[in-house]
Amino acid sequence: MLKNRRTFLQTVGLGVLGLPVLGDSFYQNAFGNVAVPKATQSPLKKFGKAKSVIQIWMWGGPSHLDTFDPKPDAGREYCGEWNKPLATNISGIEISQSLPNLAQCADLYSIIRGMTHGSFHHEIASYWMQTGREPGGGLVYPCVGALIAKLKGYDAGYDSPIPPYVVLTTAQGRFSECGFLGQKYKPFVTGGDPSKTPFLVSGYVVEGITPERRQTRRKLLNELDLFGRLAEEDELLGKIDAARNNAYQLIEGDAVKTFDLSTEPEKIRDAYGRNWFGQACLMARRLVQKEAPYITINYRGWDTHKRHFETLTRRQSEWDMGLSTLLKELADLGLLETTLLWWSGEFGRTPKIGWDSPWFGGRGHYGTCFNAVVAGGGFQGGRVVGETDKTGEKIVSRPVFPQDLLGSIYQQLGIDPDAPMPNEKGINVVNMPPASEHGRLTELVH
Amino acid sequence: MRVMILTLTLLVLTGAFSQEAEAQPALSSSVFVGKQFQTQNRIDELFLLSLKKQNAKPSPLCSNEVFVRRVYLDVLGTLPTKENVASFLADKNAEKRTQLIDDLLKRREFADYWALKWSDVLRVKAEFPINLWPNGAMTYYQWIHQTIRENRPYDQFVRELLISDGSNFRNGASNFYRAVTNKDANTLAEAVAQTFLGTQLGVLPEERQKEWAVFFSRVGYKETAQWKEEIVFWTRKPLESPDVTFPDGTRGTIKPDQDPRQQFADWLTAPNNRQFQRTIVNRIWLWLFGKGFTADPNDFRNDSPVVHEELLDDLCKELVDSRYDLKHLYRLILNSATYQQSSIPQKSYHGDPETFVSYPIRRMEAEVLQDALTQIFSVPPKYQSEVPEPFTNIPVRYRTIMLPDVSVTSSFLEMFGRATRDTGLESDRNNDVTESQQLFLLNSTEINNWTGRFASKYKIDNTRKNIDNAGRNRLMEILDDVWLTILSRYPSSVEREFLKAEFLTQGVNREQKFQDVIWSLINSKEFLCKH
Repeated sequence: MLKNRRTFLQTVGLGVLGLPVLGDSFYQNAFGNVAVPKATQSPLKKFGKAKSVIQIWMWGGPSHLDTFDPKPDAGREYCGEWNKPLATNISGIEISQSLPNLAQCADLYSIIRGMTHGSFHHEIASYWMQTGREPGGGLVYPCVGALIAKLKGYDAGYDSPIPPYVVLTTAQGRFSECGFLGQKYKPFVTGGDPSKTPFLVSGYVVEGITPERRQTRRKLLNELDLFGRLAEEDELLGKIDAARNNAYQLIEGDAVKTFDLSTEPEKIRDAYGRNWFGQACLMARRLVQKEAPYITINYRGWDTHKRHFETLTRRQSEWDMGLSTLLKELADLGLLETTLLWWSGEFGRTPKIGWDSPWFGGRGHYGTCFNAVVAGGGFQGGRVVGETDKTGEKIVSRPVFPQDLLGSIYQQLGIDPDAPMPNEKGINVVNMPPASEHGRLTELVH
Repeated sequence: MRVMILTLTLLVLTGAFSQEAEAQPALSSSVFVGKQFQTQNRIDELFLLSLKKQNAKPSPLCSNEVFVRRVYLDVLGTLPTKENVASFLADKNAEKRTQLIDDLLKRREFADYWALKWSDVLRVKAEFPINLWPNGAMTYYQWIHQTIRENRPYDQFVRELLISDGSNFRNGASNFYRAVTNKDANTLAEAVAQTFLGTQLGVLPEERQKEWAVFFSRVGYKETAQWKEEIVFWTRKPLESPDVTFPDGTRGTIKPDQDPRQQFADWLTAPNNRQFQRTIVNRIWLWLFGKGFTADPNDFRNDSPVVHEELLDDLCKELVDSRYDLKHLYRLILNSATYQQSSIPQKSYHGDPETFVSYPIRRMEAEVLQDALTQIFSVPPKYQSEVPEPFTNIPVRYRTIMLPDVSVTSSFLEMFGRATRDTGLESDRNNDVTESQQLFLLNSTEINNWTGRFASKYKIDNTRKNIDNAGRNRLMEILDDVWLTILSRYPSSVEREFLKAEFLTQGVNREQKFQDVIWSLINSKEFLCKH
């Protein structure tokens, strides 16, 4: 099996690539307080034409062994009963036995098996994976969503009733998404549950309030605004009026229709799965159709220290179904060319299973190597980048650091990762730190 | 039509400076504006002198209604209850404002609210970029809260922070040296300069920066076997030279057995260190007025332009004479006519708004707004945080202003821009007005449900076609109650007339109308702002 994969990887020109065996320094770094590897001059940059990004954030850190990097030969200590990976529709690529639908569309996405940053802490790893920077140094950087919302949204004449950065449905709460860019670039967090009808999107959809009632209220508010009229010259009160008018435009605009999933055919809704994640994926597709630049599905519950396999057994079909349907639909609707999807958590989980009390088959945090998946937006599908050893504990070839992945995403969106980051505070930094010595993901670009 | 009538009546209402005493709930004078500006203490004398030079005039005082709400929000970060308001307005004592200020300064919420402000400045945050970890953040917060409750003299408060040592779990103050993004002498010096001298070290020449850093070059850190514990200590690391230069240019010597921080603290808190005093006076002024004597409170150099220079100097003197009793400063400021000015901008005067010729209107802070909504609607939020570990669970009886650590997630507080505590700068807090805040207030399930439940408690009679006199009186009592609860005042006569007409209109759904009125008050600028 392993042999087959190697052969395949070599034939597509990825895999080993004759990389020198990574020295001790790399692994020390990957375990300790990581010093970002030495920067190299990036080759001539190619920019893509992606317009929208869907980020599937596996909050808590999903196991790489039980998703996209199965190790069936590593024994019960490492894979428990999950030792029968599935062949995918791309010969040579196998993924976890829990993902039958994703196995049928491996041509649509590529797997990065050598993700690494070396942090085992949620808060540090979450920040690192989404900003491309190790925390510290006195600045809090914006995450890619906030910067993309700025560059492709606010600063690019984006004129849609949908906020340019939407999070379904709750905030991650582990870091300030907007960083030093400021409050304006924080995501719009929908709240509510898309699998319920109606999907109560905070600030847009309120049960029991008709448009007429809303109008009545607005009028009443103006009439009762004694203080507001007396102090109308005040600058702050003017700002409240402006924000209020804008808010009403959003409430009365087309956004509400976009958020209304009940107009989707039952068959489609069923195909995504009638659960929170499935319907969030469907919602993401609808937002992409409205050209929202950045959508995050904040998918909680992967911090499976205890009874890991029970949790996975319960949830596997839900996310396998939702994600595969989303990918297939984006492809069928011709949206995958301009829509970039990335899937990842802040880290992976320990390959070695804790079988004893109190874990009862649990996996801890693991930042030395883990998986990310990219699809569309100009990235080739059906590929595997990098390789881990036979227990999934160390990277054997092609490490990918967060700034490599995120810098590549920027390039696919036509954003130069090495350009200065525009900001009101006049802070002199680039959009993304230079790529590691292993480089951005040029191997996945046509 | 109705709007027009309201506006016309407003002109009469703001005819202002009415000397009439408000006695009864039925307000006959202005709702917002009270008597003419009248000097109360030395602050006002110096303020008027300074205004005279600029050819500017102060605003009249605010009404008692405005005062009671303002002083509760500014001193306690807490909306007054309807009982608080009613009893204050009914009080006939001519000294009732002074009395209320004294009472509020003694309340526990005073320590809660000012500990929140100090925690912003001192960066009490479990997560990065500060990374105190939850236990450290809690201990640090408790220390801050305790010193404020005791009204520990400010110079002593600063000294204790500056010479703190020991475990982050045991000595709260030692977290001061951990609440930085890099634990090196230069970053520590930056934090000290910014926090206590309103100085950005980065703007000074490199040579000067080095002189500062020397004082913190012997701070050391070590881990223990206990998870996330860290000990701050004074290392025996020798200095390059025993000769040091203090930030004001004076020279000194540090012996090998001396902790240079001690000498720095002595220099910093010496009675002749004017910049130290100016920084804290400016900070308190900024906290009470929403802006300070300088444009940028965090870059407050000796040569920064200052409005009301003599006033600032005099307050510094008061501070030293009172042995750094910050409550003495609060009391002086709060009792001044300068603080008690109306917030309604004067149409005739288009001077510089930075000169405090009216009380600056600003939005309630995130935590204060959350608590106000909780108080009105009895909907306490549940705060907990699983990141970073160990988990933090906040008892439900804790109010939001009592949250020790901003790592505890809340989408409401994020939306309304609570301080990130990333840098300790005043700009960590974002009091802007945004669309998403407006979406939440205007059209969220939460606000709709809360106002709906609140309205239903009053059991508005919706069955009868017409209301009789008794019903009408009952309705007016209910509206008094609602106004007191949300806006901290009785409805004005204009509003009463307006509401009567609204509720007595043929065929109106009174129950629904009532909820809409409550919704309108919550969305009003008057509620949303400190004014």
